[in-house]
This record gives sequence, C-alpha cells and structure tokens, in this order.
Amino acid sequence: MSTATEDKHSAALDAAESGATQHVTFRLRIRRFNPEQAAEPVWVDYELSMDPKEKLLDALHKVKWEIDGTLTFRRSCAHGICGSDAMRINGKNRLACKTLIKDVLGKPKNGVYKPITVEPIKGLTVLKDLVVDMDPFFQAFRDVMPFLVAKGNEPTRERKQSIEDRARFDDTTKCILCAACTSSCPVFWNDGQYFGPAAIVNAHRFIFDSRDDAGEQRLEILNEKDGVWRCRTTFNCTDACPRGIQVTQAIQEVKRALITRRI
Amino acid sequence: MATTETTPGAPENPGAVAPVIEPPRKRTARTPRSTRTNFELFAWLFMRLSGIVLVILVLGHLLIQLYLDGGITKVSFAFVAGRWSNPWWQVWDLVMLWLAMLHGANGLRTVINDYAERAATRAWLKALLYAATVFTVLLGTLVIFTFDPNIS
Ligand code: SF4
Ligand code: FES
Repeated sequence: MSTATEDKHSAALDAAESGATQHVTFRLRIRRFNPEQAAEPVWVDYELSMDPKEKLLDALHKVKWEIDGTLTFRRSCAHGICGSDAMRINGKNRLACKTLIKDVLGKPKNGVYKPITVEPIKGLTVLKDLVVDMDPFFQAFRDVMPFLVAKGNEPTRERKQSIEDRARFDDTTKCILCAACTSSCPVFWNDGQYFGPAAIVNAHRFIFDSRDDAGEQRLEILNEKDGVWRCRTTFNCTDACPRGIQVTQAIQEVKRALITRRI
Repeated sequence: MATTETTPGAPENPGAVAPVIEPPRKRTARTPRSTRTNFELFAWLFMRLSGIVLVILVLGHLLIQLYLDGGITKVSFAFVAGRWSNPWWQVWDLVMLWLAMLHGANGLRTVINDYAERAATRAWLKALLYAATVFTVLLGTLVIFTFDPNIS
C-alpha cells in the first residue's frame, strides 16, 4: 500500500480515489510513570505513522502492541460507552476512544506536527502510566446514593412516569462515570474532598426523578461543606464531558433546589 | 519506524507544567462528615445578595467622595463630620462596612479553602483572616458611632 506523498496536486484526492489511506507521521508524547522504576514520571515520545482519521486509542494501541508493551492504560469498549479511558490529551480531558487523531494534531509547521501529549487525568493518584486510582471518585459517587429509593409497597406493574417527568432528568442519565469532569475541576484538584461534578450529576439524576423518594436525603448530603457550594462555576466539567452533559447546569439546578426547599 | 526517545524535561506545549500528582486524597471513615447545617448555603446566598447591595453602596460612596462637588479636594475632617451628623450616612457607611468586610472575608475564606493545601496552613490563614475581619469591623463600627466632631 502506497503512502500518499507531497505530490504537486491534490494528493488527498488521489489517495481517496485509490482508496488508500493517507498516513501522517507524528509524535505521541506520553507521560510514563512506573513506581517500580523511578519515583518521577517522565515524558516519552513515540513516533507513529498512521491514518489521522483513526482514534487516539488506536495510536495508544499501536504503541502498546508494536513498540512498547509495558505502556499501561485502561480501555474496554473502545466506543465511548464504558468510560474507562478518560485521559488528558493536549491538556484537555477526553476519551481516547472518542478523539480522532486529526482533531488533536493541529497544523504542521515546516511539515512537522507538534507532538500530541497524553497524560493521566489530574487530581487522582497515578498508579502506573495512564492508570489512576479511581477509588476516591467512586467513593463520592457512592456517597450520593446513586440508586432508586422508593417508599411504600412494591408496585405489581412497572413504576409509571410521564414523558415530561422523564425528560426532567434525561440529560444526567447519560453519564458513563468516566471522571473526565471531576478530574478537570480545579476545586477537586486541590484537596479531593469536594464531591465533584460526576457525583452531583448522578445525584441530580435521582433528585429530579419523580419515582424516587430520597431526594431530600441526597440534597442534605450535597448541602454539606464539600457539596455543591464548593462549585465555582468554572465550566471545566461541561467542557470535558464526552457525553455532552450540561454538567454545570445540573449542579446549578441542585443548588437552586436546595435554596428553594430550605428557604 | 518507531524511534523511541526519552525526554525527561518538560515539553514546550500545554503539558509543559506537568502537574504533580498529589498523594491520595481519600474520603475515609475518619474523614469528618456531614456538617448538617445550612451554613454553606447561607454563605453562598449572602455573597450574591450582599454583592448586589454593595454595587449600589460602593458606587454611591465613590461618586460622592471622589466625583461630586469638587471631588476628592472637598474631603476633609469637616466634610466627614458633616456627613456623620446625618444618621442616613451613618447607616449607609455602617452597612457598607459590614457587608464589604463580611463579603470580602467570606470570599477569602473560600479562596483559602480552595488553595491552601495543608490543614495547618489553612487553619492559620483563616485565623488571621477572621482576626483581621473582626478587628476592622469592630473598629469601624466604633468610629462611626463614637465619632466626635469637636475633637481637637
Ligand atoms: S458527567 Fe460526563 S464527564 Fe462526568 S463522569 Fe459523567 S460522562 Fe464523564
Ligand atoms: S474505551 Fe470505553 S469509553 Fe473509551
């Protein structure tokens, strides 16, 4: 298979017509960390030649499978569903499997691309390479009771809900718990005690569910010192969310519910 | 292909200031939990409401002190004495003092909470902040109420 070269006219068109992929050469700069080898992380560059329409996850796979098998990262579905491969790509939190190389490659200068940097998400302890300890994140998630709590008798049929009532919390049902939002939040970076956007999003999903009876309890939890009032409306979370959830809006809605119900 | 080179230094792009990943921040069984008060709620609400009131108070204050009637040149002991003989301006200045101090102090409290990393640093900074706030508020209040225009 021929790699398209810098021909005088429309190399891209030729490539498209011939069905060949147009490879580009670029560097992937990964922040590697292995506590068994060094106390400090190091940046390592990998030169790759790939079709820029492939995903960044494919680039990571290429490194792991063809260059250095010790590269460690989480991924499962590779299609933006499981939420396991959130990482900082060029300084922004994204899912590697939902990011195309061409979208983070930028424009070449003198035919050379700037390297694409890949780091673990911030604010959580790095265990190895791109793998972080997610326990504090999931602890905050558990603390808001992310499950249906209903009083009274079990209905014999399903719990009915009107279309409008379902639409009330539709946005926050889309969360895949990737932690891109929480680990992009500067308040969380500092001491990690703030519940974080993801936990609030998942509380929102039940607080505004007409079938749920524990909304008050969840509001009480989020009314704490490290609850919604630590939000500074930075909007980093909304920008980071790969599911396009209006995270900051959800947090504001919880604040408003607290104010209207407490006063 | 595959040349692998190690660059221990920082790269020149966004990742330049490579973030130091801090040690574990866990929510353990020993983490103090559940304050169960509405303090943070009221603090948040206070910031919004006092902010609105302060816009009017402070802009009015600046207008009178720095702009109207010859601006800053008119401000003298006699001018202050004249204003504070009027309860309206006494109350204006009192409310402005209290709101501005509490608004500022609460703002700094959140800044300290957000940026101080060690518990001891945090406690010391807050102690300093609260002491300065109480001192300024009390002193200002005292002056407004006990101001003696006949002082020599
Ligand atoms: S709200 Fe969005 S960014 Fe946050 S955990 Fe859920 S899917 Fe990820
Ligand atoms: S691998 Fe499942 S979300 Fe990216």
